[in-house]
Amino acid sequence: MRYIEPHGHMVSRTTDDYIDMATAGCEAVCEPAFWAGFDRSSVNGFYDYFRQLTEHEPKRAAKFGLQHYTWLCINPKESEDTALADEVLAIIPRFIDQPNVLGIGEIGLNKNSRNEIKVLEKHVDLAARHDQLILVHTPHLEDKLKGTKLIIDVIRNDSRVKPERVIIDHVEEHTIRPVLDAGFWAGMTLYPESKCTPARAIDMLEVFGTERVWMNSACDWGVSIPLAVPHTMLEMRKRGHTPEIIDKVVYQNPKAFMSQCPKFKLA
Amino acid sequence: MTRQQVLDLYFLDARCKLIDLAAFLDRVERAEGPEDFRLTAFRKAVNELGGAGRERARRVLEVFSDPTTQPIPAATTKAACGAWPETK
Repeated sequence: MRYIEPHGHMVSRTTDDYIDMATAGCEAVCEPAFWAGFDRSSVNGFYDYFRQLTEHEPKRAAKFGLQHYTWLCINPKESEDTALADEVLAIIPRFIDQPNVLGIGEIGLNKNSRNEIKVLEKHVDLAARHDQLILVHTPHLEDKLKGTKLIIDVIRNDSRVKPERVIIDHVEEHTIRPVLDAGFWAGMTLYPESKCTPARAIDMLEVFGTERVWMNSACDWGVSIPLAVPHTMLEMRKRGHTPEIIDKVVYQNPKAFMSQCPKFKLA
Repeated sequence: MTRQQVLDLYFLDARCKLIDLAAFLDRVERAEGPEDFRLTAFRKAVNELGGAGRERARRVLEVFSDPTTQPIPAATTKAACGAWPETK
């Protein structure tokens, strides 16, 4: 079955992963900018990273028949340094018009600090001024519930941003309801040790429905599974979900959200 | 799915995870030295499993969550540890 990987950090993955994803039915992969696992020392590191995301990685994905899209930002893990964040925010407009850039992301919060919120507000302003879609990262573990509420408040405070043009990612059972109730899209990240398992993601689909939701692997340099979405599709089949419902969640929904950016076109 | 189908599909997996939890608590108890807030939160979360009503997953996640509402002054680390350090 076909699917879209709406959140994968492919610069951290090998060509074997591209082969496996394409073989499993993946048609497009979307890569938000994120933390490299260590802090970059200057804005030049981000300039090179944005070039990698907009020039190099699309070519690498194309070798395996996959379309590649991306999102740009400085990740909240590097937002405590507001001077660096301002420098990075200043270079993002140079890349926004690249053909594979869908919007601003993955922005959000990590430890829910004052500086992280300031930088989040600046990213939201940047997205609003350039009419960009927004992809939001919510914090990890004990920080997720509080951070999700703070993020919702920040975005709702900017009246220029329409909630249907924002996806709030990494929801779990304690955060999915406020996200959907506020009119945002919700992303469920399938991780083996944190975030949610395939079984729990399907539980949330059964409880909250299949509107304005997607699933992703968020595969990166840490413990993660690039084929987590097709693994979850298999689990949905075991639970008796129809091919039409599975297709809606893993293909039609991400397509509908990202098609709000006219650059997103599936071959 | 019917309740029987859910049991057929997930019982052995849940049984395995439950025994792992029990073994983890035994392991912690056998070990020496002080415990910390993580185990306090863990025990509170385990209590939610036997409680009445649905949404156990949500309630367990909330036990581990920071319940405060104001931003912290500054981030001094990037990592999360899985439980709120001030859990009592």
